[in-house]
Amino acid sequence: MNQQTEALISIQNVDKRFGTFQAIHDVSIDIQRGEFFSLLGASGCGKTTLLRMLAGFESVSAGRIMIDGQSMADVPPHHRPVNMVFQSYAIFPHLTVRDNIAYGLRKQRLPRLRRYEMVEEMLDLIKLPGYGTRRANELSGGQRQRVALARALIMRPKALLLDEPLGALDKQLREQMQLELRALQKSVGVTFVLVTHDQEEALTLSDKIAVMAAGRVLQIDTPAGLYENPANREVAGFIGNMNFFIGKVIKTGPVMADLQVEGLGHVQVETSVIRQPQNARVLLAMRPEKLTLSLDPPEGALNSVSGTLHTTAYLGGLRQFYVMIDGRADPVAVSTQNQRRAMPQDIEQGRKIWLSWHNDAFVVLENT
Amino acid sequence: MKEGSYISQPNRTLRIYALLFMLFIYLPLFIIPVFSFNSGLYVKFPLESFTFDWYFALLDREPVFAALGNSVRVGLTVSILSTVIAVFAAKAIARNRLPGSGPILGVIMLPLVVPGIIFGVALLILMSRLGVPLSLYTVTLGHIVVCLPFAIATLLPRFEGFDLSMEEASADLGENGWFTFWRITFPIVAPGIVASLLMCFTISFDEFIMAFFLGGTNATLPMYIWGQLRFPTQFPSMLALSTLILAASFVFIFLGLWIGRIGMTTTTKGEMSK
Amino acid sequence: MRELLQSQAPPVADGPVARARTGLISRMLFKHEYLRGYGLLAPALIVTGLTVLVPCALLVTLSFWTQVGYDYDTTLTLQNYRTAYEKPIYGALLERSLWISGIATIVTVLLCYPMAYYVAFHVHRHKMIWIILITLPFWTSYLLRVFAWKVILGYEGVINSGLMHLGLITEPLRFLLYSNTAVSITLAHSWAAFALLPIYVSLEKIDKSYLEAAADLGDGPVLRFLRITLPLSLPGVIASVFLMFIPTLGDYVTPAMVGGPDSTMIGTLIQLQFGSINNWPMGAALSVVLVIVICVLGLCSYGLTKAFRRWAV
Repeated sequence: MNQQTEALISIQNVDKRFGTFQAIHDVSIDIQRGEFFSLLGASGCGKTTLLRMLAGFESVSAGRIMIDGQSMADVPPHHRPVNMVFQSYAIFPHLTVRDNIAYGLRKQRLPRLRRYEMVEEMLDLIKLPGYGTRRANELSGGQRQRVALARALIMRPKALLLDEPLGALDKQLREQMQLELRALQKSVGVTFVLVTHDQEEALTLSDKIAVMAAGRVLQIDTPAGLYENPANREVAGFIGNMNFFIGKVIKTGPVMADLQVEGLGHVQVETSVIRQPQNARVLLAMRPEKLTLSLDPPEGALNSVSGTLHTTAYLGGLRQFYVMIDGRADPVAVSTQNQRRAMPQDIEQGRKIWLSWHNDAFVVLENT
Repeated sequence: MKEGSYISQPNRTLRIYALLFMLFIYLPLFIIPVFSFNSGLYVKFPLESFTFDWYFALLDREPVFAALGNSVRVGLTVSILSTVIAVFAAKAIARNRLPGSGPILGVIMLPLVVPGIIFGVALLILMSRLGVPLSLYTVTLGHIVVCLPFAIATLLPRFEGFDLSMEEASADLGENGWFTFWRITFPIVAPGIVASLLMCFTISFDEFIMAFFLGGTNATLPMYIWGQLRFPTQFPSMLALSTLILAASFVFIFLGLWIGRIGMTTTTKGEMSK
Repeated sequence: MRELLQSQAPPVADGPVARARTGLISRMLFKHEYLRGYGLLAPALIVTGLTVLVPCALLVTLSFWTQVGYDYDTTLTLQNYRTAYEKPIYGALLERSLWISGIATIVTVLLCYPMAYYVAFHVHRHKMIWIILITLPFWTSYLLRVFAWKVILGYEGVINSGLMHLGLITEPLRFLLYSNTAVSITLAHSWAAFALLPIYVSLEKIDKSYLEAAADLGDGPVLRFLRITLPLSLPGVIASVFLMFIPTLGDYVTPAMVGGPDSTMIGTLIQLQFGSINNWPMGAALSVVLVIVICVLGLCSYGLTKAFRRWAV
């Protein structure tokens, strides 16, 4: 058995029941060595439960969990080769930072000097040199989070489990910590498994993301894969903004297929992405930034349609336009980058607007 | 505005009332030490001369020391046992979502509300049916019934305010249940444990009703005093004894309540306001 | 950095080693979370079972037996209860106990309310110190506190001798000691702290913004109190009443030490049944009656609080 190609963590057909409530349904996930893997989903989707099952704080109702080829059945948390960073950080208040970080080293019976050395190395790693003698209540939230990281990493775990570690921080600090976390993982090379409800966070940090809802995995893919090729409507709607269109297959040619789409009229997509037969209904999804907005009819062979401007939203780096088109009840969301500092004259509501897009702008989802 | 009304007149009446209230509570208690230093045989005004005689007289009384020893031994046993049981029970109730913990807690807390005489009498019946002779052991048992609610009431909030993930973090870092308890749970809960020990000891030391029903030939201090109160000439010496007891109780309880506050105001949760 | 963390990996649990180290008990406890919980609770459950539940069951059983000479006639009978019901003395005693406890409780609660209000609303720093100071005497010996009142209220006691010494009266006041008044005063003093706490807690909990809103809408301080503070603190008052009423019903120490011949309460009688009268089954029956009365009162309190919640919100 070649250990290098086998997944580090293998969750196989796992169920979890709390009494009569089923929290996890038949979940299977493989996490590779050195990967930054995220479990993404709304509150109550089961992602934290899954993480706690990896750590050993929840038992498995059905299926099994393998870590580095060993089954984790009946193995309690203190014997597992993984370590966890808790949502509340759980920094021990009665110990100093140094004693917190060195906490798990007791069983190794290292000489005290060696322990302190290792702690100092860790403190440098998390950019808090010299903080060893401070107490937990003297630290800020961000500092405590880093101590929690150090405390777990010093154990040389095979995987580091993080339960919404950045949730308690304000936006600025969170974004800064995200970048630091990513850099840390890359430099240290340990497998990270992160749980979050913040899709931006997941997209920023991860090599692979598992999107979960109601105890099931909807899709496992890279961030780009999830964003550009969502497998179904749920994933498409969960990640970022999305416009949905209902269409009908008119004709499937050898290269391109013709669709009749509400509001947009006649649309062409590549035949390879159509799995539905002729006359079948399809659901098309298009990201707001894949549409181009113009005041005049666009030139060239781009697909286009006209509509009227409904509302705009200014988001600093982006502008979001909502455009009403005939044949469709909801407005179409279009986003453009604000590349120039001087604002163009505002487009008044009700103005006639042209939208255009490329052939590959659509994603075709299952026909629901 | 609310702030404004608190600076105006009505405040003064309330403040005077508050003062009178505190006087009402403490003055009767001060009578005891005052007259214990009074050389007169009867507890009445005018005061005669100041004297330590009644205190010295206590030193000669053999039964006083015997009763004191009994009370101390019972008190220590009761406080240790009650606290240990309460620590485990509080941990179980605060941590594990146990079905039925509500009613169980209710039953344990009954002695706080129901008159002590009922429990005293009921235990007496049990002991006599089992053929167990009344002694300091039966008194200890009775005192545990009375003290356990206080011990749990002291420890439960401390466990509940204690971030669960700290014990999980300890387990995650490789410590089993035993080490997790000694390295994490115990230090954080320690002030509560000390408070519980102090309070249970004092409650047991001062407790009379259970001791009355369940006591045998060896008397606890309150039982001794009760016996002596039949003789008015004994009052002054009993006042002296009472003063000593009151002083000790006050110190213990104050310490207990004070220590019990440590770590509750500075939150024991890992999450603190930034 | 990579070397930093991949060097000298510690001998942490790996495969079969992990399984062997995890003992059977450890594994069982891990699998069954409830076991752990109930295991910890076991000592408390055992102790409570042995010292509260079993004895109370015995108490009830005994109340159905009768005293014959030095032994018990164990045939189940309602004789004791019948006696209690028929002989007027028992009913009278119960009534008197309710009366004495009731008066003492109402007076105490009324006296405590302003004090609780003061600490809740007019003390801004060190509230805890106030509460500790107020409740401190309550933790000390009940016996000693009753003793103190005995010497204070006595015929030649502190009050009487003091007043006479000051020339305010020529003869000692007789009604002070060995009377229902004495019992009530002593009870009030002993239980004041216990009665104050629930009131204080419920006053503390009142969201100050309610009062600010009322002021904003035009209510002065008196109206604010009557319309907002008082109604919202009623659950605490109800709790306080029953928290003092119920325990004082069974008191026998206070009537014994400061009560008069017509201050005998039901607690005294129960104690005598187990003492000099030596009719334990009768004592048990009386105790059960007392418990039933307490349960009824408890239910009343619960019902009142619930009704209040529904009405107030």
